[in-house]
Amino acid sequence: MTIRTARPDRVQHFRPRMHCLKKLEAMVVEMQDQKSGVKGSEQKLNVTTIPHVLTGKDIIAWIANKMKTTPEEAQTFSTMLVAYGYIYPLQNHKKLVMCNDSSLYRFQTPYFWPTQKWFAEDSDYAIYLAKRNIRKKGMLEPYEQAHYNHLHEWLNHKWDFIVMQATEQYKAGKERKKPDRVVFDCQERAYWIVNKPPRRTHSAIDCGPERLIDPNTDEKITFDQYRRQNMFYQQAIMRSKVKSSVSLGAVDLPTKMRVERWSFSLFELLSDLRGRDDFKIFLKKEFSGENLAFWEAAEELKWGTAASMTAKAETIFKTFLAPGAPRWINIDGRTMGLTVKGLDHPHRYVLEAAQTHVFLLMKKDTFFRYLKSPVYKDIQKKALNPEAHNFSPAQLEQNANSRSPGIHPIILWQQEEEEKAKAAAASAPVDVKAMMSKIDRKK
Amino acid sequence: MNPKMACQGLQKGETLATLKKECESLKKKLEEDRGKLNDVELHQVAEKVEVVGALSIKTRRVLKGHTNKVLCMDWCKDKRRLVSSSQDGKVIVWDGFTLNKEHGMSMPTTWVMACAYAPSGCAVACGGLDNKCSVIPLSLDSNENCAAKKKTVAMHTNYISGCTFTNSDMQLLSCSGDGTSALWDVESGQLLQSFHGHTSDILSLDLAPSETGNTFVTGGCDKKANVWDMRSGQNIQSFECHESDINCVKYYPSGDAFASASDDATCRFFDLRADREVAVFQKDSIVFGASTVDFSLSGRLLFAGYNDYTINVWDVLKGTRISMMFGHENRVSRVRLSPDGTALCSASWDNTLRIWA
Repeated sequence: MTIRTARPDRVQHFRPRMHCLKKLEAMVVEMQDQKSGVKGSEQKLNVTTIPHVLTGKDIIAWIANKMKTTPEEAQTFSTMLVAYGYIYPLQNHKKLVMCNDSSLYRFQTPYFWPTQKWFAEDSDYAIYLAKRNIRKKGMLEPYEQAHYNHLHEWLNHKWDFIVMQATEQYKAGKERKKPDRVVFDCQERAYWIVNKPPRRTHSAIDCGPERLIDPNTDEKITFDQYRRQNMFYQQAIMRSKVKSSVSLGAVDLPTKMRVERWSFSLFELLSDLRGRDDFKIFLKKEFSGENLAFWEAAEELKWGTAASMTAKAETIFKTFLAPGAPRWINIDGRTMGLTVKGLDHPHRYVLEAAQTHVFLLMKKDTFFRYLKSPVYKDIQKKALNPEAHNFSPAQLEQNANSRSPGIHPIILWQQEEEEKAKAAAASAPVDVKAMMSKIDRKK
Repeated sequence: MNPKMACQGLQKGETLATLKKECESLKKKLEEDRGKLNDVELHQVAEKVEVVGALSIKTRRVLKGHTNKVLCMDWCKDKRRLVSSSQDGKVIVWDGFTLNKEHGMSMPTTWVMACAYAPSGCAVACGGLDNKCSVIPLSLDSNENCAAKKKTVAMHTNYISGCTFTNSDMQLLSCSGDGTSALWDVESGQLLQSFHGHTSDILSLDLAPSETGNTFVTGGCDKKANVWDMRSGQNIQSFECHESDINCVKYYPSGDAFASASDDATCRFFDLRADREVAVFQKDSIVFGASTVDFSLSGRLLFAGYNDYTINVWDVLKGTRISMMFGHENRVSRVRLSPDGTALCSASWDNTLRIWA
């Protein structure tokens, strides 16, 4: 009989790294220090007394003091200690949070601390559930019962061993003194709440899909990888770097106005379509719109579908690059030569050099003239007008709820495509011969 | 450098040990060179900058609907809609104002770890444990089953950890647990370029917002953040400063720098022109890994979501923490600022998303 695996084996069995465990352990050890740790007391549970019990607020206060943080942050941190299983709650044991009140908590024994090295084994869980079943039948919660049935099914081949282990542990438990037994039961129960959380609750041990690489071992690097790394480092060393003072100096201060945002850089201006339109108006007045039009066409080529590449490249050549073209762009001879040559075998990035050149032209010259132009100053004046609303929070809520969905992006996109098609048809160079022959035919 | 060289066998006199030694010394030299140009620290430059005032950011919306951990989300360019994906296999498109669920799609896999909204707003991409990234065109008809028109675009040999459209709907970038990332043509499903260099799972990627938009950065379990050239497939720059897995990478708004979030409980800021790490965002009281980062519109603030259920807001220039945002009841898996910068959305393993403003 083959053992059914719980999920497909993707040859990855390694849990994501839990880098925080070392720091957490150090903190927990400090917390338990006799002199400087958290002060505990005893708790009476029915007839037994449980030692070393702490209240939530003491723990939070100690952490806030130790880490010099606010109580909220201390509460967050201590909730994580509970979620990872270093501290467990005595009342309400299924909810793994730290409450800033007199709720009672205890430290978990190091034997049950979370570790990177191994999972909580399914067979151990089966033994634990079986043991509880022996002690009192029907004491298992519904989710535990479901786990138990599932494990009984797929660990069936080991079941005798599991029952034997459970019986042994049960007998050994009986021999302990009552307070020790109670404490151990609490600890074990807490461990399993953390490692096998009830349905629809989360513990911190849950960390997502497994990884391909084992975080505990060192990489085995082959000679080929070393060689590639060496090449990369040599190239990196040769690459030109900028001084920090130069690079960091270019940090912008934030502003809120959309129009002011355009003045940050040509990129911001072009990214905002409204800004681009404004720039176009300015360019029209200067009779230098072809640079921007070329840049836009090159963008479209870059991001377009693979099928449209040749057609687009041809149109661009005819419109912008061919000698005597209707919207001929003024770039230096070398770039023009390279681009035209590249257009013999057009690909996505064939206009890269020309596009960069045009962009830099616009950036260094036209952009700054635009910022000083009456067009821009005009839009700046207009943009400052709307005053801030002073809606109360309740009014804001109401406004947001009753807001209409607006134009759906799909409809907007369809409209844009239609407009683009119309614009393309309108700006296509007029075929004079066809027009003339039409007129002739009419005659 | 002739790339063929790397594939040949060991040359005469070369051993694994000599190569390793050469590698170590080159690495050391690179660090020295980087150090020589380090004539000023970021927080020194920022000394004259005004302190950021107190922030009052509150939860304005809680989006409930997923039945298991929410793993990823992305905003639509209309600043209102957003898409989220979850461990329960569902991908939901929400209206952020009214909380209306506009579309709900079921994937044939659990753990949908990546989702992205297309720039046009007409489609979404998603992928996860199925090792594929699919593009789903959205329709105006809410009764139509969008998932039926799903189209598989990216195919990897391990789980998809991140995906994003480039500047148009036509190309998709994906990164995977198999250690590679790839650029795909959406219409034909063709692989346009693949990027190799990480030595373990890649967990995150981000496209550069630069003028020419030709680079992107990835971060992975090998503790490295690599910058790639989309055209040539080459690894242009590499940064190895973290002490544990890098969970998320995000470009600074100007495109000259990027931030990373890692399991070592720090977020780091890397300058691409100076080719070095320029800031580390850490505190003794922050012990748990950071899963996600995003910048504010101007880049002055860095929002980082952590595994201790909180979001920390950092002052990027001064390197200090400004405030903390509490509210989630489990790990924060993704934070994203809306396109106009007025709201922040966070997705969490507590099955909800929150919109803050």
